[in-house]
Amino acid sequence: MWAVRMEKITKRFGPVVANDAVDFEVAPAEIHCLLGENGAGKTTLMRILFGLYRKDAGEIYVDGKPVSFSGPRDAIAHGIGMVHQHFMLAGRLTVTENIVAGAEPRRGVLLDYAKAREMVREVSERYGLKVDPDAHVESISVGQQQRVEILKALLRGAKVLILDEPTAVLAPQEVGDLFDIMRRLKEGGTTIIFITHKLKETAAISDRVTVLRDGRRVATMNTADASPADLAELMVGRQIVPPARKGHSPDGKVVLELQNVSVRGGLGAGARTGGAGGKARLNNVSLQVRSGEILGIAGVEGNGQLELEEVIVGLRKPTSGRVLLNGRDITRLGPRGIRDMGVACIPSDRLRRGIVDSFSVAQNLILGEQTSAPFAASGILQPRKIVEHAAKIVNMFDVRTASLDQPVGSLSGGNQQKLVVGRELSRGPNLIVAAQPTRGLDIGATDYIHRQLLAMREQGKAILLISAELDEVRALSDRIAVMYEGQIVALRPAEEFTERDLGLLMAGQGVGVAS
Amino acid sequence: MGTREGDLSRGPAARVVRRAAGWLARPGVSDIAYSAVAVLLALVIGAILIAASGYSVIDAYANLFDGAFGSIYNLANTLMMATPLLFTGLSVAVAFQCGLFNVGAEGQLYVGGLASAVVVLVLGPAVPGVVRVLLALVAGALAGAVLAAGPGYMKARLGAHEVITTIMLNYVGILLTTFLVKTYLKEPGPVDQTPLLPVGARLPELIPGTRVSWGIVLGVAAVVAVDYILRRTSVGYEIQAVGRNAAAAEYAGVNVPGRIVLAMVMSGAIAGLAGSSVVMGTLYRFITNFSPGYGFTGIAVAVLARNKPWGVLPAALLFGMLQSGGMSMQLFARIPADLMTLVQGIVILFVAAPALASMFLARSRFGARTGGRG
Repeated sequence: MWAVRMEKITKRFGPVVANDAVDFEVAPAEIHCLLGENGAGKTTLMRILFGLYRKDAGEIYVDGKPVSFSGPRDAIAHGIGMVHQHFMLAGRLTVTENIVAGAEPRRGVLLDYAKAREMVREVSERYGLKVDPDAHVESISVGQQQRVEILKALLRGAKVLILDEPTAVLAPQEVGDLFDIMRRLKEGGTTIIFITHKLKETAAISDRVTVLRDGRRVATMNTADASPADLAELMVGRQIVPPARKGHSPDGKVVLELQNVSVRGGLGAGARTGGAGGKARLNNVSLQVRSGEILGIAGVEGNGQLELEEVIVGLRKPTSGRVLLNGRDITRLGPRGIRDMGVACIPSDRLRRGIVDSFSVAQNLILGEQTSAPFAASGILQPRKIVEHAAKIVNMFDVRTASLDQPVGSLSGGNQQKLVVGRELSRGPNLIVAAQPTRGLDIGATDYIHRQLLAMREQGKAILLISAELDEVRALSDRIAVMYEGQIVALRPAEEFTERDLGLLMAGQGVGVAS
Repeated sequence: MGTREGDLSRGPAARVVRRAAGWLARPGVSDIAYSAVAVLLALVIGAILIAASGYSVIDAYANLFDGAFGSIYNLANTLMMATPLLFTGLSVAVAFQCGLFNVGAEGQLYVGGLASAVVVLVLGPAVPGVVRVLLALVAGALAGAVLAAGPGYMKARLGAHEVITTIMLNYVGILLTTFLVKTYLKEPGPVDQTPLLPVGARLPELIPGTRVSWGIVLGVAAVVAVDYILRRTSVGYEIQAVGRNAAAAEYAGVNVPGRIVLAMVMSGAIAGLAGSSVVMGTLYRFITNFSPGYGFTGIAVAVLARNKPWGVLPAALLFGMLQSGGMSMQLFARIPADLMTLVQGIVILFVAAPALASMFLARSRFGARTGGRG
């Protein structure tokens, strides 16, 4: 008997059919991957199962019995729990308070904190999910916050746990920890539905996999029987060939140069990343990026990449050292001046830094250019030029949008990123700072952005690629610099690193491996 | 109320309310339509309340309508009442476009009003009236701008929350003007007020023989100007970008602190003009504590207008209408004008809290489920 069976589920949003008669079955105590590109209908299907959306047609059975959920409360009562992509936690409250909120033990009208704490400790021990019950949620890492969300679901008696792209927010070693937790939960009898678009993760963790494409189920199979190439093709609907990279000419002129740049903690644009004041976030970083090359910065996130990005784009002043662009000192220039010198920036935090989500597609496409010709003349915006420009970029970069007046917030993550990439690359830059350019994107969109970056390289642009995805850095870069704790611990031509070298260096163990 | 409650959930009026509420709860309804239905809904609920209080609904609304539009004089009265609200509503809306909540329009209005009065009185009859009026308006806008610039600067540079600072400066604005009038400008007599402004140095009547002044024309011009700045200029784009996502604006090279200060300056200048329009166009003098809370009602106007400059115009007119119409309702039909204040409140509730509309809808869920499209 299936733990969950969904039969002929259909869900429409206006004219869009998000789920088209989808069948989906999960066996008890299995880890089942729900694989598909962004917009394939994975999250919609699971939100229906969790009672957040109402289905237009179809039946749902839990443990063989037909059910009808009018909200998450009903789903939780039937033992279904969901951890969303964006956590729903109260930062100022402690881990314990967050976990018991809504089902809290009381003494009179007050929270019985001691008992709550005991409940949390008990659940967290049973499943081996280590958390500090008294820590404030805003002060713990994203990986820890995710555990809090999982514990929240388990405490409410979840036997079927839905994880919506749980690895998107995690650093590589945290992904390993999450997988360990998932395996333990499975051994304890919990059924896990794991939403993802990453093939490696599917292969690493799941027992079975269901592939969705354009709102339809295209396959369900044992993971062991499926090769990554098969899955990719099922998911995208066409074959994916990695883009070719033409030879590297190492003698382009130096476009960007960092000389002994250091950043110490304290207040600044990136201060929200936390950490003790006075600690070096960037330690004596020197590097050069030449025209016609991609320099990849590899490293586990949080090792100074954000500070590096912010220093180069002018959001943060280094405590010492200089930044030169085409030989000119831009260390104290600020974002406006640096942009005007032909630097394009794809920010690592797209939602926070890259777009204004309530602005339209057309408005977002002039962000950063709102005072420059041809979009403005003597301070007056030129709507016709703005719309022409938007139509061109949307077309060239394949941004899927209903209209140019659509608020960008209503676009999918992949299309938002294509918009940002399109905007930045079309500025005619001579330096491109691409930070996590494909984070959260599916195979199709990732492939597209990779090709765009390589095309820029062919045109002789200098590109600094900052990415936590090792595969991406290796596939695109001419040279690779590895960052660890704010320092560049190795910088060599890409072909001189093996994957193992890079892994060790990123983990801080590779110093002296080879030189 | 006991039996009346039955009416509220079952009668034909209730059906209208529920229909409208259901419509409001739909996604994708345009702002204009939303506010319009919220107003209608509030009037329907107002009617239920009037009936529940034992008055004739027809009597009440006939008098309300007559009091607001029944004659040129009444219409002028409505416009006169709407004038300061047009400015304060616009003031709050502009700040909001930059993500700022200017709760200080009341104080800015007082300093603006006094600055205008002082300029007119100090310049004296040697200066032509037109020049005096223009300079007085400039002074009013400047005074309001100065009072608002402080909170703007503190927000931009120090992160001090503008709600706190502008609220506090309300007291400064109101008490400072009272102090100045009492100490330096008081006309002899029991009331703390300045002497009358000379006839040639006032905002002239728009319709001769009525109480509406050119202030309302000025207000409409301000709406046009603000709308143009926000929609068509680089500065307006940047102000909105800061309001919607300051981090992205900063990344894109926008001078975020500068835009915050500018938005507050604009907001304060417009609130200052609200004071000028009342002092120079309605009262013809500065009277201490003259405002019945125009600055605060401006917040409600902005909410109803959904912070759109053009929306402020109908919103201010509606509030002007409810006030002037409510008065004649009280006068002629002996129905308390407070009921119209209540209607204002209900409008705001519906506009500010769409969830409330959904609540009405939830009751009719069953019907929606069996009847297909809800």
